[in-house]
Amino acid sequence: MIPEIGHFALILALSLAVCQSVMPLIGAHRNDAALMSVAGPAAVGQLVFVAVSFACLAWSFLQSDFTVLYVANHSHRALPDVYKIAAVWGAHEGSLLLWILLLAVWTVAVARYSSELPRAMSARVIGVLGLLSFGFLLFTLLTSNPFERLIPAPANGADLNPLLQDIGLAIHPPILYTGYVGFSVAFAFAIAAMLTGHLDQAWARWTRPWTIWAWMFLTVGIALGSWWAYYELGWGGWWFWDPVENASFMPWLAGTALIHSLAVTEKRGLFKSWTLLLAISAFSLSLLGTFLVRSGILVSVHAFATDPARGLFILIFLGIVIGGALILYAWRAPGMDSAAGFRPLSRETFLLLNNVLLVIACTVILYGTLAPLLYDVFEWGKISIGPPWFEFAFALPMLPLTLLIGVGMHTAWRSQAFGALFAQLKIPGTIAIVAGIAVPTVFYGRFGLLVSVGAIAGFWIMTVSLLQPLRSWRRAPGTPGISRSALGMSVAHFGVGMFTLGITIVSAFTVEADLSVRPGETVEVAGYSFKLTDLNNVQGPNYQALEGEIEIRKDGKFVAELRPQKRTYLVQQSPMTEAAIDAGWNRDLFVALGDPLGNDAWSMRLQYKPLIRFIWLGALIMAFGGLIAASDRRYRLQATAREGTAALREEPA
Amino acid sequence: MARYIALIVAFVIMIGIFAAGLDRDPTKLPSPLIDKPAPEYELPRVMDPLLTTGSTDYAGQMVLVNIWATWCAGCRTEHEYLLELAGRNEIPIYGINWRDDRDAALSWLQQLGDPYVASAYDEDGRVGIDWGVYGAPETFLIGAGGNVMYKHVGPMNEATWQGEFMPRIAAQTGATR
Amino acid sequence: MLAVGLAAAGLVIASILTLQAFKENLMFYIEISEVAKGNAPKDRNFRVGGLVVEGSVTRVPGELEVEFTLTDLNEQLVVYYDGILPDLFREGQGIIAHGRLDDDGSRFIADQVLAKHDENYMPPEVAETLAKHAAAQEAALDAETGQQ
Repeated sequence: MIPEIGHFALILALSLAVCQSVMPLIGAHRNDAALMSVAGPAAVGQLVFVAVSFACLAWSFLQSDFTVLYVANHSHRALPDVYKIAAVWGAHEGSLLLWILLLAVWTVAVARYSSELPRAMSARVIGVLGLLSFGFLLFTLLTSNPFERLIPAPANGADLNPLLQDIGLAIHPPILYTGYVGFSVAFAFAIAAMLTGHLDQAWARWTRPWTIWAWMFLTVGIALGSWWAYYELGWGGWWFWDPVENASFMPWLAGTALIHSLAVTEKRGLFKSWTLLLAISAFSLSLLGTFLVRSGILVSVHAFATDPARGLFILIFLGIVIGGALILYAWRAPGMDSAAGFRPLSRETFLLLNNVLLVIACTVILYGTLAPLLYDVFEWGKISIGPPWFEFAFALPMLPLTLLIGVGMHTAWRSQAFGALFAQLKIPGTIAIVAGIAVPTVFYGRFGLLVSVGAIAGFWIMTVSLLQPLRSWRRAPGTPGISRSALGMSVAHFGVGMFTLGITIVSAFTVEADLSVRPGETVEVAGYSFKLTDLNNVQGPNYQALEGEIEIRKDGKFVAELRPQKRTYLVQQSPMTEAAIDAGWNRDLFVALGDPLGNDAWSMRLQYKPLIRFIWLGALIMAFGGLIAASDRRYRLQATAREGTAALREEPA
Repeated sequence: MARYIALIVAFVIMIGIFAAGLDRDPTKLPSPLIDKPAPEYELPRVMDPLLTTGSTDYAGQMVLVNIWATWCAGCRTEHEYLLELAGRNEIPIYGINWRDDRDAALSWLQQLGDPYVASAYDEDGRVGIDWGVYGAPETFLIGAGGNVMYKHVGPMNEATWQGEFMPRIAAQTGATR
Repeated sequence: MLAVGLAAAGLVIASILTLQAFKENLMFYIEISEVAKGNAPKDRNFRVGGLVVEGSVTRVPGELEVEFTLTDLNEQLVVYYDGILPDLFREGQGIIAHGRLDDDGSRFIADQVLAKHDENYMPPEVAETLAKHAAAQEAALDAETGQQ
C-alpha cells in the first residue's frame, strides 16, 4: 500500500509541476496576477507530494519491503538502518527521486525568499523550475519508477553494493545533488531575464546569493566524494579524472566563473550576456553530467546500471532544455550589453581573465571527457586518456589564475594606480617566494622548480588573502570594517591557497610502496617503520574480514596501530579492501591489505601522504567563504525589504 | 550574431555525437550465433547433479534458453516474469546456471520458484563461452531445427516477449505450416 | 597591446603543449589478436583486455610479481604485473590492463590492472572483442563442418 501511495504522490507532483510551469509563465506573459499567483502554492504542493513519495520509498527500505523491486535489488535485512536510508539514493531510481526532491526544496526556497522580486520575474523563475521538475518527474515515471512491485517477494534482498556501505558515501550524494540542482535556480533566473528581455544590476544581486549557495554545496559535495574515493576505493588516490568526477567538476568550474562574472554584473552592470551564458552553462553541465552518468555512454567506476531508453530520454530532455536556452540566448543576448568602460588595470580586467581561464580549464576537461566517445563514434579507435594529461591541461590555465587571484582581489574597480598596488603586494609576494622555496627544501629535503612554483602560488594566495581581514582588524576605531562579501572572498581565496599548497606537496612528496610482508616482519617507508604484528579473522554485521594489525613507529617511538581489512560481503560475495589511515594535519599514513602471496606473505600497500588534508580542508574553507559572502548585508537587506513590503501588504486588510 | 549561431551549431553537433554514442550500446550487439545451430552441451542439473541436461533434451522443439546466476541483479528482476511465462505453457524454458554456486542456485530455485524444465549447472562457464555469453541474464530463442533465432541481452519482460520474441515465433510457425 | 600580444603567444604555446601532451597520454585499446599479429605499438603504452585464462595466474611464492594469460578467445597474451591486483581480479573474469610490450614483444608489462566492482560488468571493449571472436570461432566451426 505504502509504495502505491508513493507512486501516486509522484503522479500528483507531476500534475502540479504542469500547473507550476504553465500558469505562471502564461500569467507573466499576459501580466495576469491571478495566474502568476499560482506559482508559490503549486511549488509548495509539489514539494509536499515529492516529499511524501520520498518518505514512502525510505519507509519501504526501513521495513525491508522486498515486494518493491528497487528495495529488493539494493537492500538486505542485515543492512544497518543508516545504510537502508542511504540505499534510497544508492542507485539510479532513488537518486533521481532525491534529485527531484531537492529541486522542489530549492523551488520553495526561491518562492519563499523572492517576494521582493517583481512579480513577473519570480513567476517566470518558478515557472522555469517547474518545467525542469516536470521533465525529471516524467523521466522517473516513464523509465525509472522506484515503486515497481516484485511479487512474490524474495526472502531477502540483493544487498547494497558494499562500496556504498560507508558513511562518506551516505552523505555525499545529497550534498552534491543539492549543488547540481541549485544551479537550476541561476539557470531559471537567466531564462526569466531573457524572457523579459531586461537585465539590470538588481537581477545580478538576486541571482548571486542563490548561485553562491549552490556552489557551496557543490564544493563540499565534490570534496566529500574525493575523500570517500581516497579511503574507500582502497588505493589512496584522491582524484582520478574519472568521467563522473569530471561531470561534477565541470559545473563547479562554470559555477565559479559565474560567481565572479555576477560580481561584475552586480557592481558595474557589465558582462551581462557573458553572465547569462555562464548561468546556462553551469546548469547545462550539471545536466550533461546526469546524462553521462545514467546513459552508460561513458564507462566509469561510478556509473549507474544503464538502460538505453533512459539515455535517449535524457538526451532529448538535454536537447530541449539546453537547445531552447541557447536559442533564446541567441535571440535576446545581443544588445543587452552596456558599453561602460574600464581601464586595463582594474578589477574588471582581472575578473575577465579569471573567467577566461576557468572556461578554458572547463572546456579542456570537457574535451578530455568526451574524446573517447568522439574517437569511438568516428571509429578512430578505442582510446582512454591518462590522468597525466588532465593534470597537465588543467594546471596550465590554473597556474596563471593562482597568480592573478592575488593581484585581482586588491585591484580597484574601473581603474587602479600601479604604484599603490605594488606597494601593497610586495611584502606578501616576498613572503610567498621565500616560503615557497624554503618549505619544500627544509621540511621535505628536496628543491624542485615545479614544486616551488606550486608552493609559491599556494603561499602567495594565502598571504594576500590575509591582507584585507588584517587591515580591517587593525583599523582605526569608528571606521567601517571589511564587508561580509569581501571577507567571504578573502576566506574562500585562502582556501584556494591551502588547496594549491596541498596538491603541490602531495603530488611531489608522496611515498608509495607495494610490498610483500610476512607476519612479524618490519618494513620502512618514508622514515616510518611498519610492523605486521598479527592477522586475525573478524566478523562484521554482514561481512567477514581478515584484519591485519600494523604497528607504526618513527625513530623507535610508537606512532599508531592500524587495522586494515580485507572484507568479503556475504550476500554479494564480493571482496573489498578496507584501508586503514592514521590521519594527521601534516601527513596521512595509509595501509591497505592486498592478497596472500604464498609462503605466509601478504601484499600490502603503504603510503605516506604529506599535507593531503589541506586539499579537503582548503575546499571546505572555500565553501565557508561562500557562506560568509552569502550572508552579506546587501543580500539580507532584501529580506528586510521583503518584510517591509509584506507589512505594507497586510495593512489594508 | 555569428558567434551565437556558432554556439548553437556546436551544441547540435555535440547532441549528434551523443545520439550516435547511445546507438553504440553493447546490448545491441547482434549475436554471432543468430541463424546458426545452437552450441551443443551436456551438463549436470542444478537440482540433481546425478542427472544431466543438455541440448538433446529439446531437440526438435522450439524453446527458450535462459542464462542466469544468483549473483546477477537482472536475473532477480526477470525471475518473476519467467515464472509467469512458464506458467502460461507457451514455450518450454531451459536454464543454464552460469558461473554460480550450486547451493545458492538450489536455494534460489526452491525459494523463488523454478520456471525451468531443467537447469544445467555450468560451473566454470565453458558452455557460456561457447554460447558467446558476455553477461547475465541472456535469453536465446532456439527454433525447432536447433538454430538460434534470437538473443536478448538483459532481463526479460512482457514487452520484450511481445515485441521481440512473439513476432519471430509467429513467423517461424507460419513458415513451417 | 604588448600584454595582448603576450597573452596570445601564451595561448598558442599552451595549446601546442596541451595537444602534445594529449597525444602522449592517449592510450589505444588494442585487441590481443592484433597484438599477436605484431600490430601493437612498440614504444608507447596501450591497453589490452580479455578474460584471465583459468589456472594461468602464477607467481613466485611470497613475491608481488605475478604473471597471467589473457585471452580474447582467439589469441593469448602473457601479462606481467608487479603490484597489487584489484579486489575483483579472478580467473575467468574480464579485465583491462594498461602497459606496454617488453623488448622482444613476447610479454605485456602492465603498470595498471583494472577490474570493475560489479559482477555484471565486463568492460565494453572486452565484451565487443569477445563477441567478435566468438563469431569468428563459429565461422571456423562452420567451415570445418562444411568440409565434413
